[in-house]
Amino acid sequence: MRTSNFLTPKWLFSVALLLLLAVTPILSDIFDQAFYLSIATRILILTIAAISLNFILGYGGMISLGHAAFIGIGAYCVGIPIYHDYSSGWLHIFLAITVSALFALITGAISLRTKGVHFIMITMAFAQMAFFLFLSMDEYGGDDGLTIWYDSEFFSGIDIDNPTTFYYICFVSLILVMYLYHRLVASRFGRVIRGAKSNEKRMQALGYSTYNYRLVAYVISGAVCGYAGALMGNYTNFISPDMMGWTRSGELIFMVVLGGTATAFGPVFGVLSFLVLEEMLPNVMDMIHDGAGFYWHLPFGLILLFVVLFVRGGISGFLDRLGKR
Amino acid sequence: MTILLEVRGLHKSFGGVIATKNVSLDVMEGEVHAIIGPNGAGKTTLISQLCGEQFPDAGKVRFNGRDITKASGPARAKMGIARSFQITTVFQDMTLLENVALAAQAHDGHSFHFWRNANSEPEINRQAMERLKEVGLEAKAMTLSREVSHGEHRQLEIAMALATEPKMLLLDEPMAGMGSEESQRMIEILQRFKGQKTMLLVEHDMDAVFALADRISVLVYGEIIATDTPDAIRDNEAVKRAYLGEEA
Ligand SMILES: Nc1ncnc2c1ncn2[C@@H]1O[C@H](COP(=O)(O)OP(=O)(O)O)[C@@H](O)[C@H]1O
Ligand SMILES: [Mg+2]
Repeated sequence: MRTSNFLTPKWLFSVALLLLLAVTPILSDIFDQAFYLSIATRILILTIAAISLNFILGYGGMISLGHAAFIGIGAYCVGIPIYHDYSSGWLHIFLAITVSALFALITGAISLRTKGVHFIMITMAFAQMAFFLFLSMDEYGGDDGLTIWYDSEFFSGIDIDNPTTFYYICFVSLILVMYLYHRLVASRFGRVIRGAKSNEKRMQALGYSTYNYRLVAYVISGAVCGYAGALMGNYTNFISPDMMGWTRSGELIFMVVLGGTATAFGPVFGVLSFLVLEEMLPNVMDMIHDGAGFYWHLPFGLILLFVVLFVRGGISGFLDRLGKR
Repeated sequence: MTILLEVRGLHKSFGGVIATKNVSLDVMEGEVHAIIGPNGAGKTTLISQLCGEQFPDAGKVRFNGRDITKASGPARAKMGIARSFQITTVFQDMTLLENVALAAQAHDGHSFHFWRNANSEPEINRQAMERLKEVGLEAKAMTLSREVSHGEHRQLEIAMALATEPKMLLLDEPMAGMGSEESQRMIEILQRFKGQKTMLLVEHDMDAVFALADRISVLVYGEIIATDTPDAIRDNEAVKRAYLGEEA
């Protein structure tokens, strides 16, 4: 039976986390740690990407191993226009969303004809194609990457070069994307996507052309991920094909699974814990034994494996069970 | 009476196994047409070809006057062919109401609605609730599908098939795995639709078949060896030898 969604540990924890994220610039100011703000910004941007992946992977059962390509495409949609001195942020966002959506439409139309491992491999292959395409574009730095000398420009008076301003743009974007997907999951469309994951045969017997619905979900996911890429371009000010490598796509999947697939807050938990661990682990290990931090990937991998293998439903599932006790 | 479903010379084999052998069959509008036959006779394979889940190697299928031999499963569903599955095929993580609502939603135009909360659409929920009532599941509307019994899953299968408002139901062993009491309830449920909905009923349970069917076709090794009224089938020597003899 359904129970109330409120006042469970997970809900309280999620709200506390969002509040913490909302005041991070103030905290980082008080403690004079600009570094925290920078990490938090990265968390926000990657969470947007993880949410877009979670919808097709978690709710839709489409395991895309190529989502980093959309982040890269979005970032280059900032970098290339700025290289040519087109500074309008609206143009960048428009390009990031439409080019990503188009890439998703073309690659999705082909890869969604396959299932399971084949789908994983084909999405990865398409992402590698994008990777090599940007690698070969010497004009835009090739494998040396491209430095973005200034940020996108929106209204006069709003300077997204200011870390706090940029942080809040990312924060508001994240809240909007979370709300968008909240609506999407509960809508008729979302119900069809969930149904197609659960039981494709039945969906077709009911009259749903599941392929069409999946393709639209894939395109929406690509577009949102491309938007995250546009933010990422402004965040790093330096972009390179490495952003699109398949290991990046793999990390994104890890974040989603770590946080708990097919949940509203899973991507937030997943990205946050992934990045915080990544930052802290080397330092903590160095404190225990000087120089040990160099090997941080080993315990990092073990921790991730442990959660994925033994914590059913990831962090979100863990918090759910905490609430049931 | 008009013919709703017309099957001519249907043939399908898997490697060496001939699952459907030159099957021809007419189902009249409003008729309950039962298909009986031993395990492995090709009943499920036949249903799959009628609903577009599998395609025949040869032969033709016409529905409502149209040749649908090459039509996809979803296209046939939209024309009014609904099926239930021998092995329960429901959405385990959804409530019973949402299961049926998803079926009702399929009948209500496309589902590219991205914003409105589907769970709070009164018209779809009303339709879904009605279908649940028809199969006696209204009290469990808000229960998750994975939490109800096998018999209730079978009833849910029927409610989902009904919710697309089909012209014809293809029911693949609706009583599969049920106890006699549950079977009896299922017979009563189906009896209520007799005469209103055209049904192709694949069933092992002879009580159910004789209680419901207007006509019966007997399928043995992929081939229809007889099609007749229940009484005539009961007395048919070939059928007795091939099938009823070993059951009775
Ligand atoms: N996908 C398949 N591949 C190979 N053989 C199949 C397949 N589906 C069914 N068969 C074979 O076709 C025959 C008919 O199966 P089926 O239609 O399931 O029979 P029934 O529903 O009457 O028990 C069986 O011999 C079965 O093994
Ligand atoms: Mg069967």
